[in-house]
Amino acid sequence: MLEIKCPYCGKRSQNEFAYGGDATVKRPELNKEVPDEEWDTFVYYRKNPRGNHLELWHHISGCRQWFKAKRNTATHEIIDTFELSDDIGDAS
Amino acid sequence: MTQNYRLKDIGRIDRNHEISFIFNGKKYFGYKGDTLASALLANGVHLIARSFKYHRPRGILAAGVDDPSAKVQLIKDGYSEPNINLTEFELVEGLELQSQNCWPSVSVDVGEINNLLNRFFPAGFYYKTFMWPKSFWYSIYEPFIRKAAGFGVASLDPDPDRYEHQYEHCDVLVVGSGPSGLSSALAAAKNGARVILAEDKPRFGGSLLTDEVTIGNKKGEEWVDDVISELKSMPNVIIKSRSQVFGYYDHNMLVMFERKRDHLQDPAKFTPREKLWYIRAKEVIISTGSIERPLVFANNDRPGIMLASAAKEYLKVYGVAVGKKPLIFTNNDSAYETAIEFKNNGIQPTIVDTRASSENQLVNEAQKMGIDILFENGIANTSGHLKVKSATVGKLNNEKNSFTNLQKIDCDCICVSGNWTPTVHLASQSGNKLKFDEESDTFLPNQSRQQETVVGAANGSFTLKESLDEGFEQGFKISSKITNKNNKTNAPISDEKSLGKHDKFWCMPLPEGKHYKRFVDFQNDVAVSDIELAVREGFRSIEHVKRYTTLGMATDQGKTSNLNGLQLVSNIEKKIVPEVGHTTFRPPYTSVTIGTIIGREVSKYYRATRKSPMHEWHERNNAVFVDAGLWLRPRYYKHGNETLQEAAKREAANVRKNVGICDVTSLGKIDIKGPDSAEFLNRVYTNAWLKLPVGKARYGVMLREDGMVFDDGTTTRISENHFHMTTTTAQAANVLSHLEYYLQIVWPELEVNVLSTTEQWAGAAIAGPKSRELLSKLFPNEDISNEGLPFMGYREFKFFDTTARVFRISFSGELAYEVNVMSDFGEFMWDKIIEAGEGLGIQPYGTEALSTLRIEMGHVAGSEIDGRLISYDLALDGMLSKKKDFIGKRSLNRVAFNDENRERIVGIVPIDKKTSIPEGSYIVEDPNAAFPIPKLGHVSASCWSVERNNPFSLAIIKNGKNRKGEKLFAVSPVKNMSIPVEVVSQHYVDPDGERVRS
Repeated sequence: MLEIKCPYCGKRSQNEFAYGGDATVKRPELNKEVPDEEWDTFVYYRKNPRGNHLELWHHISGCRQWFKAKRNTATHEIIDTFELSDDIGDAS
Repeated sequence: MTQNYRLKDIGRIDRNHEISFIFNGKKYFGYKGDTLASALLANGVHLIARSFKYHRPRGILAAGVDDPSAKVQLIKDGYSEPNINLTEFELVEGLELQSQNCWPSVSVDVGEINNLLNRFFPAGFYYKTFMWPKSFWYSIYEPFIRKAAGFGVASLDPDPDRYEHQYEHCDVLVVGSGPSGLSSALAAAKNGARVILAEDKPRFGGSLLTDEVTIGNKKGEEWVDDVISELKSMPNVIIKSRSQVFGYYDHNMLVMFERKRDHLQDPAKFTPREKLWYIRAKEVIISTGSIERPLVFANNDRPGIMLASAAKEYLKVYGVAVGKKPLIFTNNDSAYETAIEFKNNGIQPTIVDTRASSENQLVNEAQKMGIDILFENGIANTSGHLKVKSATVGKLNNEKNSFTNLQKIDCDCICVSGNWTPTVHLASQSGNKLKFDEESDTFLPNQSRQQETVVGAANGSFTLKESLDEGFEQGFKISSKITNKNNKTNAPISDEKSLGKHDKFWCMPLPEGKHYKRFVDFQNDVAVSDIELAVREGFRSIEHVKRYTTLGMATDQGKTSNLNGLQLVSNIEKKIVPEVGHTTFRPPYTSVTIGTIIGREVSKYYRATRKSPMHEWHERNNAVFVDAGLWLRPRYYKHGNETLQEAAKREAANVRKNVGICDVTSLGKIDIKGPDSAEFLNRVYTNAWLKLPVGKARYGVMLREDGMVFDDGTTTRISENHFHMTTTTAQAANVLSHLEYYLQIVWPELEVNVLSTTEQWAGAAIAGPKSRELLSKLFPNEDISNEGLPFMGYREFKFFDTTARVFRISFSGELAYEVNVMSDFGEFMWDKIIEAGEGLGIQPYGTEALSTLRIEMGHVAGSEIDGRLISYDLALDGMLSKKKDFIGKRSLNRVAFNDENRERIVGIVPIDKKTSIPEGSYIVEDPNAAFPIPKLGHVSASCWSVERNNPFSLAIIKNGKNRKGEKLFAVSPVKNMSIPVEVVSQHYVDPDGERVRS
């Protein structure tokens, strides 16, 4: 069981959180023409890297805030967690 | 029976406390402080069980968790449990033990024929022998093998015991209380760290309980007692015996089980049997010691053949001589301690040593004591069917591949030692990549991946001095990182006997021309010949050899066999051991009862139960409940001997005729506030929301980004910037997460807050033609006329001492209202509604009637909104706004989503108007078509239409839009039914929706 640092609440056990997928995915803007390929990429295509991955987690049994975590998918090491508004530059 | 093998004046058992027990029908006696194994050995009983594959007689090999085969069926207080480890279970009054895997008895076992037929049971014999004819596998081979193999019999009764879980955090977790564990725990605790010390045995001390050493002028075991009392007195230390750390998981999470009750004669009533500890440790010190390896020789598995260290432990801890004519067989010095211990207790041992000589303290001492030592000798074979009687010992030639001068030596036990294997399981589980150590001929921990440090014998530090030094040093160093203190404790001076080099030779040759079994893995009956065969047949990876031969599998996980097995592979392949590598160590390290893992989460405690504030009213009124997620909802209210169908018909018909009341508290409710609330809803739902007036509700459908329908419900504008959203019971939590996702991540610029208020409001739906009349009694001063409170209208009314939210919304298709009050007033509100409805024929209705009502009205619910359908399929496409963008809209351009023939919801009615159509049936054109029959769709929901008095179902079928009036078939292969049906409108009752507006 992982130990995850919620940026708002501190370290908590994994069973308080829900995983929310790749944090680098950006939803295309509303009311804008979006080419098929761009939309398909947004809805269906996800990278599955071995190594560092910037991902979303939701403190679902806690403060209910979504936040970002940089996690190594091979070792499960969580390098750091960030508030959504934190500018963290290049994730990898 | 007397304890013929119990010695005087030695051991840590309580001789004033005799305990009786039954083994295979015979009564025996032991003492308090015995394990089942030591008590049996005190009575000279070595024959315990029959082996897994060949049904060979097997005894006790070890004195702890490393024992592979001494497992029995245990019967206590009428409950029978299999695979109890004799070497771990402590003796209490009232135990009955039975041998496993034998019939009719352990001494006369029919299955032993497998041993004579052993050439038909080589490695991989399942794959080779039972392949033909194919049909025999299920009917003949598999049942036969299942009966012949395996261990004990699991009870079919519920486990009567209670188990608990506990979470704990600490600075330093020390696993194992031998010299290195005790010293690290002491050093870390004195340096201010919060320490947990865990020991799997009942007694602390590990090897110090059996070794003749001194530490700081004290005998080893006295030093243990002193350190334990010191640790116990410290508030920052938790020390636990009978506690096995069996798994090392990510982020330094370890799991441990603690035996809390089995060893107590009269446990207090609610004492749990075992407790599972989840320990999050900042640092872990692994001081798990080492396990002695057996030597491998012909017929080395007879009862009476055991590890030399185990024999010593039975002597020193339990006062039991495992034999009166012991043969010690070794390739190293440590077994000499066992020989000396026998001699000290008046028993004359003989030592067989594979080495040419050894010149150190222990050997000299043994020689001085007059113990016979046969150097450069090995055991060629043994005899004795149910217990070892003699060994054939011979001189090894220079190449050590044959014997000369064979002689038979009578013995009643053989104590073997093939040197020591560090217990690296936990380190390996944590991700430590092990390295091979040439000198000790074993794998040692190398680079830690997590916050773990291995000390003592587990780290290859086999001497007492090394262990103590390492323990004190690491305990201090590691705790300093956490506590930032500098209270260093130095290792005391210790004295021990030095050990010489061991012989890396451990697998004896067979006597010429003989094909005796030489066992490597006793639990899984894997012999040298099996491993040779596997390699000969081309299995190269050690992982493949393991699976083909079953070496190191099952509960034993290769504790005594792993290293011997892979050294054998490396010998055969003429590779060095590190090239062969090792198999992966996986948790659990020892077998753990399922009850411990489950803990208290059994039956109704398996998960939380959510009840509405009106739950007790439902109970008093004979509600039969159904699980709806975590909620318990009334399914129907049973009158007399009614069946579910009869009750549902009665309740639904009453709604159509009079008025009914339904508990809708479990519907998800989300409070939405903020200036951008309307804009947010406009993006979330497929229809338009900006112009919804205050005091009005609207039905909405939300999609996922892939265009599939996600959930539906009504949302009401309470005030300009305040909305009340309802979701389905099932999706309530997911919808909230979905809204939070968009508000926090995608559109953080929107000023909106969402909050679940599901449990803050109690809800009652009042439905039926007489519902307005009922409402007028409930709120006599309010205007509830069709103009005052029109369809989809919302009003807040004073209701006694509180306020009621009244929504004119309908799921049943009848004139209907939903009344919400704060939860605390829920039952009060319910009582008042029932009271007001008395003259109007009010009846409560449950989810079954609710389903009937919505199905015949053609409203979709969870069985249609299954995450695989788009709005068009559910006939909700009229609600797709063309003027604005919303979540999932862009996906609706997909070609497949615009196919003319897409499936769409329809109603279907059996042509005979009698036969109910099973939910899940397939709709087909021709039930007699060739397989696979082309499928048009499926039946999603079925009911008995109370309005039309015949069965009615909803189905989702291809080109459903254009099929009205078609005659098709509903087929259910599961129920072996094929029902002619006609396609009709999904709206079977009141298709124009006049009633809800009346």
